[in-house]
Amino acid sequence: MDTLLQQLINGLTLGAVYALVALGYTMVYGIIGLINFAHGEVVMIGTMVAFTVIVFLAGSGMPPLVILGIGLLVAVAACMVLGWALERIAYRPLRHAPRLTPLITAIGMSIVLQNVAMIIWGRNYITFPPMIHKEIYELGGASFTNVQVAIVCLAALVMLGLTYLVQRTRIGMAMRATAENQQVALLMGVDINRVIAMAFVIGSALGALAGCMVGSYYEIAHYQMGFMLGLKAFTAAVLGGIGNMAGAMAGGLLLGVIEALGAGYIGDLTGDFLGSHYQDIFAFIVLIIVLMFRPSGLFGERTGDRA
Amino acid sequence: MSAHQVLLEAHEVAKHFGGVKALHDVSLTIRRGEIYGLIGPNGAGKTTFFNCLTGLYRNESGHFVFDGVKLAADAPHKAAEIGIARTFQNIRLFGNMTAIENVMVGRHLRTRAGVFGAISRNAATRAEEAAIARRAEELLHYVGIQERAHDYARHLSYGDQRRLEIARALATEPKLLALDEPAAGMNGTETEALRLLVEGICRDGVTVLLIEHDVKLVMGLCGRVAVLDYGEKICEDVPAVVQKDPRVIEAYLGGSVA
Repeated sequence: MDTLLQQLINGLTLGAVYALVALGYTMVYGIIGLINFAHGEVVMIGTMVAFTVIVFLAGSGMPPLVILGIGLLVAVAACMVLGWALERIAYRPLRHAPRLTPLITAIGMSIVLQNVAMIIWGRNYITFPPMIHKEIYELGGASFTNVQVAIVCLAALVMLGLTYLVQRTRIGMAMRATAENQQVALLMGVDINRVIAMAFVIGSALGALAGCMVGSYYEIAHYQMGFMLGLKAFTAAVLGGIGNMAGAMAGGLLLGVIEALGAGYIGDLTGDFLGSHYQDIFAFIVLIIVLMFRPSGLFGERTGDRA
Repeated sequence: MSAHQVLLEAHEVAKHFGGVKALHDVSLTIRRGEIYGLIGPNGAGKTTFFNCLTGLYRNESGHFVFDGVKLAADAPHKAAEIGIARTFQNIRLFGNMTAIENVMVGRHLRTRAGVFGAISRNAATRAEEAAIARRAEELLHYVGIQERAHDYARHLSYGDQRRLEIARALATEPKLLALDEPAAGMNGTETEALRLLVEGICRDGVTVLLIEHDVKLVMGLCGRVAVLDYGEKICEDVPAVVQKDPRVIEAYLGGSVA
């Protein structure tokens, strides 16, 4: 019983991170139909920038929370610029190219960013300095930390804000209109170049936040960390119905929980033949099942017309 | 005719699709405050003319002068900005947005709040967004579908979708409203209601360019009418004269004049 509760708590934490990253995939896909495979690397860069800032400020005598906050803000700002630049340099010139071209470019950008990160931060695992003093709470035989609480609450807050932005504001309406019909949005005076750039910038900001969360939670970072994280968040977006924001949030949380439960019970299920380090297979089992039986995802209504 | 009276001038606009001359040096002049009809058989080039005017197509030669300014080709959001709004023959609403949201998108052009305003929720942004919503409500009321404001556009009846498209176009504060077959698929009652709406729009100071198949509607509504056939303007005059023009009768009936 306590394994169940424990893994649910862990899954929720992980799922909150997946959801934030998945939103970046889904917003871009919803508007221009591109799967931005470099998004995982944007998250990684976010973690690395936050790490650098935090290490730089660690000796300054500022309170740890302030340092963490500055690290987060710098990472978010850096990733917003990076997301904007990616769109401007790599994707905008290919706006009218065949669909495969920008997809290959995205994979190319992913490799470029990984290698740049390797040059800057090296090929070894980096220990993320723990800035928050960990408090451990007990609940019904399971334990969780204040870091987990902060991750889940912050993610929920940001997702609420984003939902408000997209559903209620002038800019959000322009984004939804562009997603539905670029040509008509253009005739209504919507500057679709700005809207597309915005999708990248907002998605990258969420990615940077997720990167900082991963860094604080696992306390390590590595130049290749964005690859697996990106793939899983992409899986979460597909699970929820790619292009659908509520789907990305739900898909992220669900995938986190599935993965955590899988990791918790895989030993029992296979008679200890497989251990919890096989947890990665669950995300991809989910991906395969979704693609086989419900390719439009949980919240997706339409398939085909965007594919 | 003084320059001040002229709202739109098309100068020898031509558009080809491969070997097909969709528009062949079409020139016409629309005066401020009139309802100008553009008719012609299927495939005569009416919608192509609209698409060139609104920048969806780039015309090969010729140009438009709107309100004294020469239009740059191929820039749909510029067309909206200088005051040309349009509806579509095949309705193109944002189906997954509500009726009022569709109209609010139309306000985009005349408002400015950006992403920082959206995040900071400052007083100016909130006031602007309230004004957008208010204006959108007025426009829905104006076209007579205010009670459907919060329904998804795709759930509206056909006639209401046409009205919503007009409301959305009006939200951009156009000087020229270009309607592409607004009565297509409407029954007699709906067409009559549409006629009253278009007359009202014109009375309120918006010049109307109307493409229509319903010849009765065009003849009753328009001050002047141009007829296109195979991409060429074959006639332009008041409805009573156009109706009797032998070239027009031939174009529509496809035979020689009796």
